[in-house]
Amino acid sequence: MTAVLAPFTAIGRSVIALMTMIGSVALFVWGAVSHIFRPPFYGREFLSALFNIGWLSLPVVGMTAIFTGGALALQIYDGSSRFSVESVVPQIVAIGMVRELGPVLVGLMVAARVTSSIAAEIATMKVTEQIDALVTLSTHPMKYLAAPRVLAAVLVVPALVGIGDIIGIYGGFLVATENLGFNPATYVRNTADFLQLNDIVSSLVKGAVFGGIAAVMGCYYGMNSGRGAQGVGQATKSSVQAAAVLILAANFLLTSLFFSS
Amino acid sequence: MIQFDNVHKSFGPKKVLQGVNLSIAKGSSMVIIGGSGTGKSVMLKSVLGLITPDSGTISVDGHDARTEDRDAFLARFGMLFQGAALFDSMTVWQNVAFRLLRGRLKRPKAEAREIAIEKLRRVGLTPDVADLFPSELSGGMQKRVGLARAIAAEPEIIFFDEPTTGLDPIMSGVINDLIREIVVEMGATAMTITHDMTSVRAIADEVAMLHGGVIQWSGPVAQMDNSGDPYLTQFIAGSAEGPIEAVR
Repeated sequence: MTAVLAPFTAIGRSVIALMTMIGSVALFVWGAVSHIFRPPFYGREFLSALFNIGWLSLPVVGMTAIFTGGALALQIYDGSSRFSVESVVPQIVAIGMVRELGPVLVGLMVAARVTSSIAAEIATMKVTEQIDALVTLSTHPMKYLAAPRVLAAVLVVPALVGIGDIIGIYGGFLVATENLGFNPATYVRNTADFLQLNDIVSSLVKGAVFGGIAAVMGCYYGMNSGRGAQGVGQATKSSVQAAAVLILAANFLLTSLFFSS
Repeated sequence: MIQFDNVHKSFGPKKVLQGVNLSIAKGSSMVIIGGSGTGKSVMLKSVLGLITPDSGTISVDGHDARTEDRDAFLARFGMLFQGAALFDSMTVWQNVAFRLLRGRLKRPKAEAREIAIEKLRRVGLTPDVADLFPSELSGGMQKRVGLARAIAAEPEIIFFDEPTTGLDPIMSGVINDLIREIVVEMGATAMTITHDMTSVRAIADEVAMLHGGVIQWSGPVAQMDNSGDPYLTQFIAGSAEGPIEAVR
């Protein structure tokens, strides 16, 4: 009888563990968000997070965007030439970068660079009792560690996405005008004429959501890490995995929300 | 006064505290001893709210530790952690003055730095250490900085978690003497956790031994060697023979 029930027991345990985690993350998000609006405010930590998440991510975001934009132009040119509609390259590069690739790639790059760094830093602080020390020094760890990082990510990742979009479109422009024979002025005009406000707004909103996910996952897994070096490693790995999957899931939901009609 | 009344705490199936009763008088220095994993740190962290007991009460000056205003409650405490727990992104003086740079005890930056340097001097460190980062210090120096941070806001109650672990005997002696001097000088209530019997003799007014989740013995340090308690006698002797199992 026990052997028959074993698979159901395992499924039940997994479902309970998943539900527990969802509840735990939801409470964590609520805690972090509520601390953003309640004093005291740690301005120095916020500015430091803004610098780390925003400014220091610029090189990787720029490199990712320019190569992706260039590759996208080549792919679209090759595909569209089969139907003799090569002239759509500027429009498709623009819409592809702004609506999808810009926000998703920036979100994933931020997850790789920022989520891992936040998780590893906070997990190390936990393992070395620095978080306990914060509490004994009358400082709430959620307020001091999580709230500034989450707020900074929500504010600065949309800016990164905007910059990534522009650099990506520029990558497509370079390839199209240098290799594929497009006229620069026409390329720019077609791009500008085709993009709508809704495309840009959706891109920036996605950036804010993805930034929030990246920071929350880093803080959550860091604060809930296990002991020792293995605990720090596990927290870092899990945070990046969770952030990447949630970013892709959120991207689908937001795309449905913005463009389902 | 710190009072533990029938405090229980389990982690999963492991029952760590199983009815701890203990009083620590105001202004006295209590040292908790006991084997590894017996729950000494759990006791200490329970007072600060870092761990929530399953049942029982912990009160400080007659007020339940869980119902007090957290900020005001924690402002009365200082703590030296086992590994010092210094914030590695901050310089030494910023670590020491952490409490004085933010929150209800906030002071102007120059004044906070001045106080930090004075506290560093008090623990035997020169002002040139102030602008170094914790990673640039030896273990003994880190402990001293941790001690300076613990006393920076002049707390009424100071906790010391394994203050001499990992230090050589000479540095251990220095830290023990510093702790004793500071506790006497400030008139603070102290609660220390240690395995180091030299520390116990140097720091303690009172000693309590935690074993099997309860306080096995407690009394003045002067009576420790003649307690007649087989557990305490074995622990002091560091012998494998006796009621405490060597393999746990």
